[in-house]
Amino acid sequence: MYPSRFHYEAPRSLAEAFSVLQAYGDEAKVLAGGQSLIPLIKLRFSAPAVIVDINNIPGLDYHEEDSDGSLNIGALCRHRTLERSPLLRSRYPTMAACAPLISDPMVRTRGTLVGSLCHADPQGDWASVMLALGGDIIAQSAKGERAIPASQFVVGPFQNALEPNEIAVRARVPASKGTRSGTYLKLERRVGDFATVGVAVALEASGSTINRAGIALTGVGPSNIQCTEAEQALAGKTLNASTVEQAARLAAQAAQPKTDVRGSAEYKRHIVHTFVMRALSNQQQARAA
Amino acid sequence: MEERRINVLVNGEPKSVDVEPRLLLAHFLREVLGLTGTHIGCDTTNCGACTVLLDGLPVKSCTMFAVMVDGHEVMTVEGLGMPSELHPIQEGFREEHGLQCGFCTPGMMLAAKALLDENPNPTEEDVRWGLSGNLCRCTGYQNIVKAVLWAAEKLQSEAGAISR
Repeated sequence: MYPSRFHYEAPRSLAEAFSVLQAYGDEAKVLAGGQSLIPLIKLRFSAPAVIVDINNIPGLDYHEEDSDGSLNIGALCRHRTLERSPLLRSRYPTMAACAPLISDPMVRTRGTLVGSLCHADPQGDWASVMLALGGDIIAQSAKGERAIPASQFVVGPFQNALEPNEIAVRARVPASKGTRSGTYLKLERRVGDFATVGVAVALEASGSTINRAGIALTGVGPSNIQCTEAEQALAGKTLNASTVEQAARLAAQAAQPKTDVRGSAEYKRHIVHTFVMRALSNQQQARAA
Repeated sequence: MEERRINVLVNGEPKSVDVEPRLLLAHFLREVLGLTGTHIGCDTTNCGACTVLLDGLPVKSCTMFAVMVDGHEVMTVEGLGMPSELHPIQEGFREEHGLQCGFCTPGMMLAAKALLDENPNPTEEDVRWGLSGNLCRCTGYQNIVKAVLWAAEKLQSEAGAISR
C-alpha cells in the first residue's frame, strides 16, 4: 500500500533536526532505520505529517566504550554492525547473543538498536536486553540531554517517554560490576517472526559471586518484563542448582503470557522457566570449566 | 505535491530524478526506472523478494523511501548480469534448478551476492543463515542453497585463476 503523503525533512546536523522538531511539534516523527516505522506507515497504522530522516546526520553511527567503562550505542548504529561487533562478542555477551536474532539480515542492515527501543514494541528484543543490563536512553533536545532508564522509557505499547522536541541520540549500558556473562535466548517460529518467548540474562560477577543479575522477558506481557524478584534472588549469591531453580521459578511467575497463535500461556510460561534455567546453567558450567 | 530531487547510482548509472517523499524505493525502481526485475512480494517487510543492494548491503526496497537513497548506490538484479553474460550466481541458479516460479529469485540472488561478498567460502549453514530473510514458496530452499554453493565455488575458482 502507498503511504499517506508527508512532508520530508533530512537535516544534516542535530541542531538542524532540533529546529525542525521545534517547528512541527508532535506532527513530526523521527526516521532512523525505518524497519518498524515504514511498515506501519505503509499499513496506514501511522500517518505522520512530517518525517524527520536523521540518516544524514554525521556522528551517530557508532558503538564504543566511554572512559568510565559505559558502552554507548549511537542512534544510527545498525543491528548488522552490532551482530559483527568484536567488542560485543568479547565483553557484552547478552547483546552479542541478541543482535543476530533481530528479524532477518535485510532488516538488520537498516534497523537500529535505538530505533527499536523507541518503537517500544512489547515484543522488541533489545528492550529486554537493555532492561537486563540496567541501561538507559539518552534523549537530547536543543536545551541539552537527559538520561531515561530503560525501565522508565516505555510508557505503553508503542509509546516512549520522549518529548516531541527530543531525539534519542544514544543508548547507554553502564560499566560492569565485575565480569559479564549472560545470553539472550529467543524462541521464534521462523526467522523474522516476533519472539514466542525471549529471555535476556545478564550477570556481573566477581569470581563465583554475582554482584548484579539482570533478567528480562520478551513476548510474554503487555511490555517487556524485568524480573526484579528473580534478579534479587541471585544478587550476592553463587550459581548452584538451588539458586538457578529459584530464579527460573520467580521469572516464570513474573511472566504474564497470553494464549495466541504462537502458543498457550502455560506453554510460554514453561519456556520462560526453561530458558532461564538453560541460560544460568550454561553460565554455571562455563564458570566451573 | 512535494517532490525532492535525488541523485543515485543505479547499477552503475547515475540517475537524477524528482520523487515524492512517500515513494517507496521498490516503486521507484520498478515504475520510475522501469527495472521490473525487483519484485514486490508481500509488501509488508516479510518476504525479501524486493531485496536490492544499497551500497553493497542487502535491504528490502519496499521498506525504504526512494528519497533515502539520495547520494547512494543501488544494485538490482539487472545490474548483476545480462542474459548474454550471466553472473556466476545466476549461472548457479540455472545449473542447480534454484527456481521454479522465479518470483523470489532476484531477491535471493542479491541476498546471495551480499553473503558471498562478505563470506566467499560459506558453509551450507552460512548460506541458509544469509538467505534467512528471503521466502520461497516453491522449492523448499534445497536447490537455492545448492545454487549459492555452486556460485561460491565458481567465484572461488575464478578468483584463483586470476591470482595465478
